Amino acid sequence: MSSDKITSSACSCVPQPDKNQFITLTSKMQESEILATTSRSTLNDRLDHFFARVGVNRMGHIVKPGLYKLGNPTRDSQVFVSANYTLSFDALRCALAGTDCYILVLDTKGINVWCAAGKGTFGTDELVKRIMWSGLYNIVRHRTVIVPQLGAPGISAHEVQSRSGFKVEFGPVRATDLPEYLKTHKATPEMRRVHFALKDRLVLTPVELRHASLPTVVAAIALYLLAGSIAALAAITTVITGTVLFPALLPFIPTHDFSTKGLILGLLVAVPFATSFAADPAMPLLMKAIISLAFVLTIPAVTAYLALNFTGCTTFTSRTGVKKEIYRYVPVMALMAGSGTLLLIIFGAIRLMEMV
Amino acid sequence: MFDSYVENTLQYHPDRCINCLRCTQVCPHGVFGEGKGHVELMRPAACMECGACASNCPARAIEVQSGVGCAWAMIGAALRGKDMDSGDCCCGGEDGSCCK
Repeated sequence: MSSDKITSSACSCVPQPDKNQFITLTSKMQESEILATTSRSTLNDRLDHFFARVGVNRMGHIVKPGLYKLGNPTRDSQVFVSANYTLSFDALRCALAGTDCYILVLDTKGINVWCAAGKGTFGTDELVKRIMWSGLYNIVRHRTVIVPQLGAPGISAHEVQSRSGFKVEFGPVRATDLPEYLKTHKATPEMRRVHFALKDRLVLTPVELRHASLPTVVAAIALYLLAGSIAALAAITTVITGTVLFPALLPFIPTHDFSTKGLILGLLVAVPFATSFAADPAMPLLMKAIISLAFVLTIPAVTAYLALNFTGCTTFTSRTGVKKEIYRYVPVMALMAGSGTLLLIIFGAIRLMEMV
Repeated sequence: MFDSYVENTLQYHPDRCINCLRCTQVCPHGVFGEGKGHVELMRPAACMECGACASNCPARAIEVQSGVGCAWAMIGAALRGKDMDSGDCCCGGEDGSCCK
């Protein structure tokens, strides 16, 4: 009943499909061959996943787009849609072990389903095109494709149906829930919800750390020259706090905003460094005050900035909220980091003058 | 206080809802739930503005300014002198892409 409603309403409010476009597309393009795949995860696959996770050859984890067959599918076998990112495609084919089916891989330029859906590359146009190019009409008798739920921001189900004739069925968020889902083709509320558990957060940290590595080395060297090895250690600790510790502790740090969470965590890290200088009996009081204040200003500011940048990795921050955070806190962070850096330079200059 | 995520751009017009329940299937945060005759907003503050509901609502009962809530991309766009909202999601770039 509900599907009838979708169809009838889709006809009334969706613009008529551009049929000419498909005539040219289909006449120019030859129907592509069906590629074969398996549900096995080989050592090579696992190595590829590892390199994808640590950010090596970031755009190289690509599967050839097109129609694949898994096992020995028939004209009644189900069709699953995936992205051409190895982690996405492999998660799907491994979850479908023992199922004879087709997998239609869209060209998302090696990006995962959710990010590609946000960009529109895992989108209505691409899905309709791939359905046409693959010649799916002649390969299966039914007219349904199963799309991962996280592809929904890019895929308009009623538009796909009106343009291609194929009904879109949104499967569960996680491929691992597919065997359970396929028993009834009904997702439980749990299958429909996205999570961001400790494991999900930790797998993202190597890439985050890698992004920050070059500026960190530069900052550590500069700080070593200005204030010694403990200051260099402070720089490295700050970046690890912002890129690894922050994601790990995300739900446990007080307040809701990422920036304030980062400020709190950064302050906790700054205190030991500030006290280690303050406890140095050989240092004059003014110098102690300058370096301690510099740490208390800089470390929380940098941690908060790294924390704020983690919003793009999360599964729940809205653009409105992130924008609000940027306007609220980035000026504060800049002021703190700027004045802290100035204090560090003053500290280094005084030390240099003493030496001369 | 310290919660920038209470408000968002999600707008729902229950009078246009045809109760197809698509939004309840596509929302990853359980924002919509089944109600009497039409879908109900259950957790509006949990909306992350992904836009899945709006693009899958055949009755256009849902409006949201969808976009990726990525500070990295937005600050990057602002620094390059572009509109923050125009900022494409940064993933897919060669270096310094945020998400995977």
